[in-house]
Amino acid sequence: MLTLKLAFRNIIGAGLRTGLNVIALSFAYVTIIFLQGVYNGMNEQAEQASINAFYGGGQFWHKSYDPFDPLSFTDAHAIPPEPLQNLIITQNAAQILIWQGFVYPEGRFRSILMKGIDNVQKVLSIPSHLLQNSDQTIPALVGSRMARVSGLKKGDEIIVQWRDVRGTFDAREVKIIDVFTSTVQEIDNDQIWIPLHRLQELIGLADEATIVVLGKNIQPKSEVIGWNFKSTDYLLKDLHAMVKAKTIGGSIMYTILLLLAMLAIFDTQVLSIWRRRKEMGTFMELGFTRLRLISLFTIEGTLIGILAAIVGGVYGIPLLTYIAHTGWAMPQVADQFGFAIGERIYPTYSIALILGTTILVLLVTTVVSFIPTKKIASLKPTDALRGKST
Amino acid sequence: MKPEQENSILIKTENLSKVYPLGLSTLQALDCVNLSIGKGEFLGLVGPSGSGKTTLLNIIGCLDLPTSGSAEVLGNKVELLTHKAAAHLRKNRIGFIFQTFNLLPVYTVYENVEFPLLLLGKNSVIRKKLVIDALEWVDLADRADSKPAQLSGGECQRVAIARAVVKKPEIVLADEPTANLDAENSHHIMKTMVQLNKELHTTFVFATHDAKVMSYLHRKVTLVDGSIEKDERVSSTNQSNRKRSRRRSRK
Repeated sequence: MLTLKLAFRNIIGAGLRTGLNVIALSFAYVTIIFLQGVYNGMNEQAEQASINAFYGGGQFWHKSYDPFDPLSFTDAHAIPPEPLQNLIITQNAAQILIWQGFVYPEGRFRSILMKGIDNVQKVLSIPSHLLQNSDQTIPALVGSRMARVSGLKKGDEIIVQWRDVRGTFDAREVKIIDVFTSTVQEIDNDQIWIPLHRLQELIGLADEATIVVLGKNIQPKSEVIGWNFKSTDYLLKDLHAMVKAKTIGGSIMYTILLLLAMLAIFDTQVLSIWRRRKEMGTFMELGFTRLRLISLFTIEGTLIGILAAIVGGVYGIPLLTYIAHTGWAMPQVADQFGFAIGERIYPTYSIALILGTTILVLLVTTVVSFIPTKKIASLKPTDALRGKST
Repeated sequence: MKPEQENSILIKTENLSKVYPLGLSTLQALDCVNLSIGKGEFLGLVGPSGSGKTTLLNIIGCLDLPTSGSAEVLGNKVELLTHKAAAHLRKNRIGFIFQTFNLLPVYTVYENVEFPLLLLGKNSVIRKKLVIDALEWVDLADRADSKPAQLSGGECQRVAIARAVVKKPEIVLADEPTANLDAENSHHIMKTMVQLNKELHTTFVFATHDAKVMSYLHRKVTLVDGSIEKDERVSSTNQSNRKRSRRRSRK
């Protein structure tokens, strides 16, 4: 208790030195939490955006559907059976017909996916309602990436070609009625969205669909014959794999930040303790045992860590809360990161992140205070009093 | 040594030697020192720089260990003491005064003087009384709230004296206590210590080559090259030397 009291008295008495240590440490502490929060927010946003835009609460795939094999699309269609029809009618599910086609933007051939979606669906965030306002031409939506690589813009009319269900080539002009922006590449790259009933007519697959996307909170009640259920976890597995790979990178970043903070703490602590070796000699002269001396200076370091957490909390909580609400603007290049990153990242800070970082920073402060103190405490009192270092 | 002091020997060294390694060779800091110091003595270890005064003082203060021979302080063999036992002895029974004061810079004068009492676990009422008494002895009660950086060298040394004597130790060891002080402050401090020696019967051992300090000593042990060259009681003529020295310092 006395050692704790003395440690507290020492750091309060040190005034400016303590203040600088605390501020430097609190910066490191808040920065680590902020960056990790940005990283968590980015991952969560990517997952949420993918769910909202395309994955919903899971998907029923026609048993022949293989998203990685376009040749399977000609067989992968059927009228959704009754349990799925009920969900579609009540707008708890959205059906999508997927067919391979070709476009010739700027005179160049480009293989695309034609996706038919119900224009009244409310399950996915695709602006399918825009497909309602159409005249005789077939309205089409493209994402901004597709528009960029194809040189398409709102109002353009392009020829779309496909082979219908009988294998006969057919072509029709479609009008780009809007270019939507989405962070989710699965609804954008090389895809054209057209009204479901128009696509069904064009191909000759009345009332049929390739996949049925469930609403976010809808759970499949039973198996549906001829259709395979793919859970959100399954659909997100590529994203999770990418996040995992990026998490390793993120952990390295976190470790580097922590090491930098540790280095800063170590530097200030070593400098501070080294400067105070004569003072340590005085403590020895006054009757401090080595153990007590090590305890005193280590506790001082820990108290500085605690003060840094408090000070970091004072300015960090409002600052990080503000950024969590307003978001962190991402550069344009972030669009090419490989998964759904929004224009703004909204950091998320979990209790585990805050507590974990706090404990880690305290641990690091304690260790980096302990190491130099232990070295100096092992000096002979006479050497410490003379300010010798070895 | 007076017969009555024989029975109350606080410090006794026998063939005490200390050798420091110095690169590939060694340095003989103390060479077979035999010395007895009784209770209440006001003794000085004098001699030129490098004669072994500070080394002897450090061993007596349990801050260092002898290479050979023996040093017995307050009934404890220094060479046999563990770190913990040595720390305990310093904490309870020995006070130190250093040339460079060695005050704790972040503490006030009051807190510096209070510190040894905190280590001894004295309660706050007793601590306050003893600290105020000690500060009054050294005439610094009005500077209790000042930090060492706000004090003059003389005042710092008086704080160091107050800190050394506040726990009423049996031995006070002072290493060149006046080296950083002007003549006036030196005399003031020495007078304070003489008074404490008289009132508390504390044994004072000085390491010094300052003539002003020597003029106050009751016993002078001269060290040369680590050996005792002379061990003499100081005659009363010293008092007149002291007066002359003080007159000179006033001028």
